[in-house]
Amino acid sequence: MTDLASVFRAEHGRVVAGLARRFGDLDLAEDATGEALLVAAERWPTEGVPPNPGGWLTTVAAHKALDRIRREKRRQDKYAEAVMLTADTPPEPTGPVEDDRLRLVFTCCHPALAPENRVALTLRLLGGLTVAEIAAAFLVPETTMAQRITRSKHKIKVTGIPYRIPSAEDLPARLGAVLAVLYLIFNEGYLGSSGQAQRSELTAEAIRLARQLREMVTGTPSLGRLPEVDGLLALMLLIESRSRARVSDGTLVPLDEQDRTLWDAAMIDEGHRLVRACLALNRPGPYQVQAAINAVHTDALDASMTDWRQVVALFDQLLVLSPSPVVALNRAVAVAEVDGPDVALGLVEPLELTSYHAWHATRADLLRRLRRYDEASAAYDRAIELAGSEEERSFLLGRRDALPRG
Amino acid sequence: MTQYLLAVHHAEGTPYASDEDMHQAFADTDAFNREIIADGSWVFGGGLTEPSDATVVDATRAEPVVTDGPFAETKEQLGGFWVVEAPDLDAALEIARRGSAACRQPVEVRPFQSE
Repeated sequence: MTDLASVFRAEHGRVVAGLARRFGDLDLAEDATGEALLVAAERWPTEGVPPNPGGWLTTVAAHKALDRIRREKRRQDKYAEAVMLTADTPPEPTGPVEDDRLRLVFTCCHPALAPENRVALTLRLLGGLTVAEIAAAFLVPETTMAQRITRSKHKIKVTGIPYRIPSAEDLPARLGAVLAVLYLIFNEGYLGSSGQAQRSELTAEAIRLARQLREMVTGTPSLGRLPEVDGLLALMLLIESRSRARVSDGTLVPLDEQDRTLWDAAMIDEGHRLVRACLALNRPGPYQVQAAINAVHTDALDASMTDWRQVVALFDQLLVLSPSPVVALNRAVAVAEVDGPDVALGLVEPLELTSYHAWHATRADLLRRLRRYDEASAAYDRAIELAGSEEERSFLLGRRDALPRG
Repeated sequence: MTQYLLAVHHAEGTPYASDEDMHQAFADTDAFNREIIADGSWVFGGGLTEPSDATVVDATRAEPVVTDGPFAETKEQLGGFWVVEAPDLDAALEIARRGSAACRQPVEVRPFQSE
């Protein structure tokens, strides 16, 4: 990505959010921001990037928006409204300034919008990705993605989804929805449900947005400390830190066989610092605990040094915070290291996850370690059928074909 | 302020745990109605009789046709509705939450067109 493109992405959310607040119209805000970016793309390469690119873009975009309102005579009434709004806009408060982007985050991630639409809107308006980029990342036709975004903006407008930071009472649930959207974006890049094992543009974007969210939250003292925000950022960093070691020759490399020298030390450091800081607040949540589990892994210089008892204890905590069969499955993987594969298999069998490839892959691995090779082979077959990515399929095929015969 | 339709969807079968619960639901709905009348959100509202009491009139062709029964033969039918006025969707959803809890039925929220 060029410098200009990265400045645009960094500033996009701020500019759109400011205009949305001022004009009360997301479409207008987005279009005017797009026009301002065109002007910048023309001028900045020769005139240089202004010292406050966000302020510069906002000023130009606001002029573009007002121009457009003036031009469109049919929207005469709207012009009057906008002028009134502008005149009524109080001078910028001198105290801590509430970040306009926060309002936009909560609007884009409103529970009245379908999750896939929240993802698309967040990437478009806050992330500043183009519709074409988002469509490519999710492997859907551009027209489909454009429709999804247009419909969502329409719904926001006609149903009156507000630009507002939710009340203290609603904040935990609404923040949960925001974090879930960022984690969905990350996982789409990481798990590659649609064919490829890793799409680093999505994981990088999710991390960037989580960083922005953390910056907004810490800049808004009235929100108090929200350790799940730090927890999510830490979780993403620690997973991402292993990305270079995770695939080799088109095959997924399991955690215990990864070349740990390929792990990103800076990301691990940052992740560990965040985990320690948020856990110290003693208000654990699912993201913090998952980050802590990942920190146990990234703390071990080699796989044999992993503190599996600690991992099991953290999974116990996670099961209380967010009970689900998938968490129970992952806990069983850790139990296998502490109490052996037979105990773990007893935990895995009753889980109702028969359409989940990881359930079959886990069963297969446990059966292999118990030397029940025929059953293991059948379980690998099911896992291979259901696997989401080529890299994972390749790994599972390798494991199955390496099983001793008979 | 926007006006929102809060449509109450009745699924097949009773939503009530018991007769007592049904009477409690009626009382809760009455109380909810009084609350939203008092706070100024109320525009109109009411419960409907059975879907089998419905009659469809179709005058889209030369000869108007009158048929017995609801328009769509689905398992869920409109059981009643409120029209409320609220400053934004969050406020409308909160009214709908209280209404749904009172009448023991899911409530669909849709804004009226502004013009």
